[in-house]
Order: sequence, then structure tokens, then C-alpha cells
Amino acid sequence: MTAGSGWIDEALREHDHSQRPENPAGRPSLPVTDREQQVLDRIDRARRRHPRVREERITMSHGAGGKATHTLIEAVFLDAFRNPLLEPLEDAAELRVPVPGAVPGVAARLALTTDSYVVSPLFFPGGNIGDLAVNGTVNDLSVSGATPLYLTAGFILEEGFPVADLTRVAASMREAAAAAGVHIVTGDTKVVQRGKADGCYVNTAGVGVISRDASFGVAYARPGDAIIVSGPIGDHGITIMLARGELDIEADVVSDTAPLNGLIAALLDAVPGVRAMRDATRGGVATILNEIARAADVGVLVSEDAIPVRDEVRGACELLGIDPMYVACEGRMVAVVPGEDADAAVRALRGHPLGAEAAVIGHVLADQPGIVRLKTSFGGTRIVDLLVGDPLPRIC
Amino acid sequence: MRFVDEFRDADKAHALAAKIAALCEPGRSYKFMEVCGGHTHTIYKHGLEDYLPEAITLVHGPGCPVCVIPMGRVDDAMHLASRPDVIMTSFGDMMRVPGSQGSFFDAKAAGTDIRMVYSPLDSLKIARQNPDRQVVFMAIGFETTAPSTAMTMLRAFSEGLTNFSVFCNHVTIIPAIKAILDSPDLRLDGFIGPGHVSTVIGCRPYEFIARDYRKPVVVAGFEPLDILQSIYMLMLQLSSGRSEIENQYSRVVPWDGNVVALKAIGETMELRPYFEWRGLGFISHSALRVREKYAAMDAERLFSVPGVRVADPKACQCGEVLKGVLKPWECKVFGTACTPETPIGTCMVSPEGACAAYYNYGRMNRNRVAEAVVQAARP
Repeated sequence: MTAGSGWIDEALREHDHSQRPENPAGRPSLPVTDREQQVLDRIDRARRRHPRVREERITMSHGAGGKATHTLIEAVFLDAFRNPLLEPLEDAAELRVPVPGAVPGVAARLALTTDSYVVSPLFFPGGNIGDLAVNGTVNDLSVSGATPLYLTAGFILEEGFPVADLTRVAASMREAAAAAGVHIVTGDTKVVQRGKADGCYVNTAGVGVISRDASFGVAYARPGDAIIVSGPIGDHGITIMLARGELDIEADVVSDTAPLNGLIAALLDAVPGVRAMRDATRGGVATILNEIARAADVGVLVSEDAIPVRDEVRGACELLGIDPMYVACEGRMVAVVPGEDADAAVRALRGHPLGAEAAVIGHVLADQPGIVRLKTSFGGTRIVDLLVGDPLPRIC
Repeated sequence: MRFVDEFRDADKAHALAAKIAALCEPGRSYKFMEVCGGHTHTIYKHGLEDYLPEAITLVHGPGCPVCVIPMGRVDDAMHLASRPDVIMTSFGDMMRVPGSQGSFFDAKAAGTDIRMVYSPLDSLKIARQNPDRQVVFMAIGFETTAPSTAMTMLRAFSEGLTNFSVFCNHVTIIPAIKAILDSPDLRLDGFIGPGHVSTVIGCRPYEFIARDYRKPVVVAGFEPLDILQSIYMLMLQLSSGRSEIENQYSRVVPWDGNVVALKAIGETMELRPYFEWRGLGFISHSALRVREKYAAMDAERLFSVPGVRVADPKACQCGEVLKGVLKPWECKVFGTACTPETPIGTCMVSPEGACAAYYNYGRMNRNRVAEAVVQAARP
């Protein structure tokens, strides 16, 4: 089971303590709504505590991009590597590099990121692991406000993997790099015995230069800001799931894998005051909304009706019992912009082929910080939490 | 999207909500139990409670298949799965249910061969591909899933497959409803009947609820308007002093059920004298086991299982939640020690569990929601 059970006793003590002061007779003395609020506050405190990994071994959930991934990153990696550049946990780190010969104090601003790709199957409608690996890293740099320049490529190959497939992957990487205007300038190859890997894994790292003055980050979100998605969500995740052929469902849907640097440049030219951008990969749009709520300590309210989802994707999600809000995209982003800039931002995005269906999906609020709420199409309200478990492993 | 959007129409919901509110007698409060976890999920996922007047409370019932599986049965399944000659197959919902030694997911991470399947028929595929291994299907669920297990057994039987068996944990809904009606802790005004179970058993088995207990039952569909309409139908019955069995989900549920499915269950399975339900204890004639004729496909007969009763963790109050006595947030460890990522009790595991539904979708102050919506609408 999970390691130790001290936290259960801890929770029980906290519960008993919260009951005591106003409740000497052992009877609930507060009205129901107040007691419920007390519990909500207690949960809020529990969620803000330093996360602990309670599992003894890595499970698939740790790779799903949801709650377990966050816990693992914060409890293991952030603790081990902690430094001010890593701490914001943005998609890329911003580095200030002194320029030799320049005026002292003048530094170049670079963005650095890395990402590994283990998608299964390697080839799917709309792309393959190669263009996914290039676009993913290009996008992580772009949403940090950088112009992507150079990429690395590392390959872990399984004994027996067809060279023809590897050639196809490499060709896709070349094409994707050309489309995004980046160069793959260094790399690495390792081969492991048959059965010790699944065909081909790819890692890419990338650097870009930040030439604009602004800094972007989900922590900058402010009440009144608008939240925008750049297009229909969930295409990539559903494509991969159907491409595996395990479900006997067919739908006319292809991956949205694409480089976002052009779209982002168009947005920033029109709205320099953009607060934050994130590409909606693993964990989907829901995860980003939660990251905004948490990092900026604000509330988020989105409208289900406003979120663009293709009918094919919605249909597959209905059948499979999956919420499209959690399904991965590989060519969509979420942007937070000041409320008064929302129209200009949507106009700028829609002016680019990758943003034709961009839409405002919700707003940032001061109320109920840390919580993402959804106004459902049905007219009710619910929260949208971080994803627990992994409905779609190895999506990218 | 057709067959979905028309059952989620906000305008129709507003109209129904007004009619429901108009039927509330001043000073009276109403408690309805939605028996089925699928309904609980719909209620929270669509925020349906926003449409209900304060006088109406929905109480979440025991109809969540994985929620009622006791620790001991999970341990028995783990014991089976840990045999090197066994491949265990299971629905995804079951993978995170904690036994005393952890969940299927934990065991899988430690190297046990447990595979997730979407249909019991997938287990047959695995059995054909692995003739030197024994494939055991972890069968769970109410009358909704029992027919698919039965049909799979019949298929395996006709194919002459010798390496497929079922660890049967199927339960039946009527004894659980009766246990709740007989429980002194709870006073209910009516039931939102389980739609999926009723596609198999029909509506007749509920007649005793109206006749002997004088409570109305409306068998309901799973879209939010289905549930809202069912609440309206319950309110209509109460306001005119009736207690009847009504079928809101007649587009799917035949009054007499599905005879073919019932026959398949009857052919392969029989009632157990008693079975333990998590939180509810032992209930007689409340579960199914494999019939003698199919003994070669009964994992309990093929392999020895410990069959030890394991008490729930002392902090866990799933029993009270399953009976509707406690609201999820009233449990001592709700949301602090027990969360969907590290569940202590089963109600926090399945998306159909009341605790998971409340934690994932409902964990907010509804009074403040209205203000927030107004605030967001401002330019």
C-alpha cells in the first residue's frame, strides 16, 4: 500500500480539533453551510501543504501530467534541484547570459527547455513522434516568449527497430524544424536490447532568444483577465487513442501537432501585455487552468459552451467517459490577457491559420482563489480539478 | 450533438426547476436518494444541484459497483493475481480500489500481471493469445454488467477455452435498497431508480418499495434533464399523495427488463447465501456466484483464495456515505487524508463514488457561485 499511514492520524486529529471549540457537546453546532465551508477550508490547507509522494513505486499516474506528476516534480525534483530559475516551473527556464564585450550589466535573455517523447503508436494520423518532438519543444520555448533557434535530438532505440521507420522519423523532424525555422544542431543515439524499450524514444532540448521586454508566467494572472484558447481542444489525445485500435471506434480526426511560434508572434505583436501562455499538452486545458489558479492564487471561471471542441472529439469523449478538458493537444495554447485586450487578442489569433477558431473561454476572478469553476452547458456549476490517474498513457 | 445536447438544454432545465420549486410545500423538506452512482456523477458533473430549491436534498446511494467491493475481496483478487501462472484482467475503475495491501495499480507497478480491459470479451482474446497462462477476469458490478460476464462465460464455454475463469463479485441491487429502507438512520421521501440496472431487471422488482414502504420510485436516465424530470415526477407523486413506480427512462428501459440478459445470468450464475458489502456489512442473497455447471470457469473453485474478512481502515466512513447517512464532506478524512490520488475508502475511487464526485466537481461554496458568475459577466 502507500508508505506509512501517519497522515491519516494527522487528518483525524485536525478534524477532531476543528470540531472542538464550538462543539463541546459533540454535536454539530454550526449551520450546514458553515460546517461545509470549514471542511472546504481544511481541504484547501491540506492541498497547499508541501506535497509528499506516498507511493513506493512509480505508477503510470506519475506521467499523466495531472496531480501525481505535480506531486512528483515538487516533492522529488524541485526539492533536489531547487534554484530560482527552476522554481517558477514554467515550460522553459529564462536565463540571463552576460554578453562578452558588451556594456557591463547587459545580458542576453535565453530560454531553455527539454522534453522526451514516448508516444505510442509512433506514427498516427496527422504526424509521428518526430514532428511531435520538434513541435513540442518549439512550443515550450514559444509560450515562454522566446524565438526558438536551436534544438538537440536524442534517440533511445530498441534493438530490431526498422531503419526505414527511423529514417521517416528523422525526415519528419527535418520538415518540422524547417517549418518552425529552427535547426537541429547536436544529438545523441543509444540502443538498448530488445524488450528494454518500445521501438523509439526521442528527447529534444531547445534554446531560444527572448527579445521582447515582457516576461510571461501563469503567476502574473490578475482578476479581470480573460482566458483564451487558440482552437478546438483534444484532437491529439483522441487521435492517439483511436490510432491504437483497441476501442473499435473510428472518427475522422487528426493530431493538431504544429509549431506555435508564428501564432504567438502574431498575438504578442497585437497584445504586448499578454500575461501568460501555455501549450495545452498532457493534462489538457484543465491542467493549465489549475496551474493559473494555483500560481497566481486567483479563481478561474470558464464556460463550457465557450470551449471549442470538434464534434468528433466530443463524441469520442462522450463514448469513452473522458472530459475533453483533460485531453492533450499538441498545437493549441491557452493565453491569459488583460480583460480589455481580449477582443484584440482573439482577432490577432484568428488572423493566423492555426488560431482560426480561437475563443475567450473564461475569466480570472479574485473570488475562491486556487479553484477552477466551470459553468456547464446545462446551466449548473462545478469545479474542474487537476487530473487524477491516467486515462491515456503515452500520449506524447 | 444529437442524442446528447437535447438532454442538456438549459432552457428546459430552468422551466423544470420552476415547476419543481412550485410543488414544494412551505416548511417541508424532501430527501430523495439516487441509488445509482452514474446518477451521482451526472448530478455533480453538470452542476444539477444549482437548479434545486433548498428544500430538496439529494442523498447518494450505494449503486457504485467498485464502492461496495469489500477489502477482503480485493485481497483475494490480489492473491489470485500474484500467482505466476495467472493474468488478471479488470475494468479500469477497479484498478485503484485499495485492499489491505494496496491496489491493482500498486501491484501492477510492482510487476504483477494485471491488465485493464474495456470489455470482458477482451479477456478471452488474452486467453487465446496466452494458452499456457490462466486468465482470470475480475467481474464486478450490478445487474448492469453481469450479463456481459455471463455472455463471455457462455462464449468461452462454447469455444472450449480451458484457461479462462471469472472471479465473480457481481451484486444485486434490490437487497441493498431493502437494507437502506430498513435502516433506522435514514428517512427518505423517494428514490431516483437506477436506469442501467433497470434495462436488465425492468421496473417490477421495485414494486415492493411503493407497496410495502409507501415510497415513490422513478427509474431515471443519465442525462441531467432525465434526472431533473425524475425529481419533478417524484414531487408530483408526493404532492398528490401517490407512491408508485414510474419509468422516466422508457426510451431505454422496458417494464419487464431484458429477458435474454436475465436468462444468460440465470444460466451461468446463482445467488450466494450472503455477501459482504463494503460499509454495509453482510447482506443475504445479495450477490452472485458461478453455477456448478461452469465450475471450470470459477476462479474461486479453481484456485484457493484466502477469503478472509478484512476490516475497513478505522478512519474510513464509506459505510455511512454509501447509506446516505453522511454527506461526503462530513467524513472525518474527506479531502485531507482521503483524496482521489490516495483514496482510503472506495467512495473516493470510482468517478461514480459520491466522495470522488463531490471532491472532483462539487468542492466549492455554492452560495458564492452566483456572485462569481455576475462578477465575470461584467466587462
